Amino acid sequence: MIKIVFFAALREQLDCAELTVPAADIATINQLKQVLVGLNPLWQTYFENKALLSAVNHDMVDGEHSIKSGDEVAFFPPVTGG
Amino acid sequence: MNNSISIQTKDFSLADEVALLEQDNEIDGAVVTFTGRVRNQNEGLKVSGLFLEHYPGMTELSLEKIITSAKERWNIGRIKIIHRVGQLKIGEQIVFVGVTSKHRQDAFAANEFIMDFLKVKAPFWKKELTEEGEKWLGARSTDNDKAKQWC
Repeated sequence: MIKIVFFAALREQLDCAELTVPAADIATINQLKQVLVGLNPLWQTYFENKALLSAVNHDMVDGEHSIKSGDEVAFFPPVTGG
Repeated sequence: MNNSISIQTKDFSLADEVALLEQDNEIDGAVVTFTGRVRNQNEGLKVSGLFLEHYPGMTELSLEKIITSAKERWNIGRIKIIHRVGQLKIGEQIVFVGVTSKHRQDAFAANEFIMDFLKVKAPFWKKELTEEGEKWLGARSTDNDKAKQWC
C-alpha cells in the first residue's frame, strides 16, 4: 500500500487530507497521479498543475521518481514559509 | 547545542535565543540573527492575521538538510532555527534564524542562505486572513530566483 497525504490549498481543493492506494502497477509519482485522477476525475485539474510539488518519505522529488509499497507520498502547492 | 530546530506554536524571545547562542561559546565572535514577522498588508490587501501549516517530519528533515549545506559552505558555529505554526496575529514573530561564527562574513552569508532555502524548500504554507477573506499565499518567483543564486 502507498500512503498519500495532501497539504494546504490542495488538501482543501481535494477535500481530502490522506488516503491509501494499493501499490500494484504504480511505479512512479506520475503514474500515481494518473491513478488518483482515475479514482476521482474531478481532481484532474489539480494534478495537471505544473506547480504541484511532491515528496516521497519526506524528500522532495520529481514526477519520474520511483515509489514502492510502504512509501509515504505527499502532494502540495509551492511552499510559502518564512 | 550546535544545531537546533524547533517547530512550535508558542512565541520565542530574541534575547533568550541570543543568550543560548552565546552561552559557553568563547570561540565565536559573530552572532547574526534574523526574525520574520507578520505584516499588516500583502499584494495590496489588508491582512489581519495568518495561519501557518506544515508537514511534520518533512519540515524538520528539510531544515536539517539546509543546515548541513550551510555547514559545508561556511565555517560556522551554532545554528538555531525556530518556525512557528498555527494562528498568528499582525506583528507576531514567525521565524528566527540565528548563526554564530568566528568572523562575521560566515554568519551573515549562512543566515541569508538558510532563509533563502527555508523559503523554497521547507514545507510550510501561509494562509492569510484578508479583507476579502481567507487566502492561501502563492509562491513568489523572486524567492525562487533568490535561492537559485546560491546553486
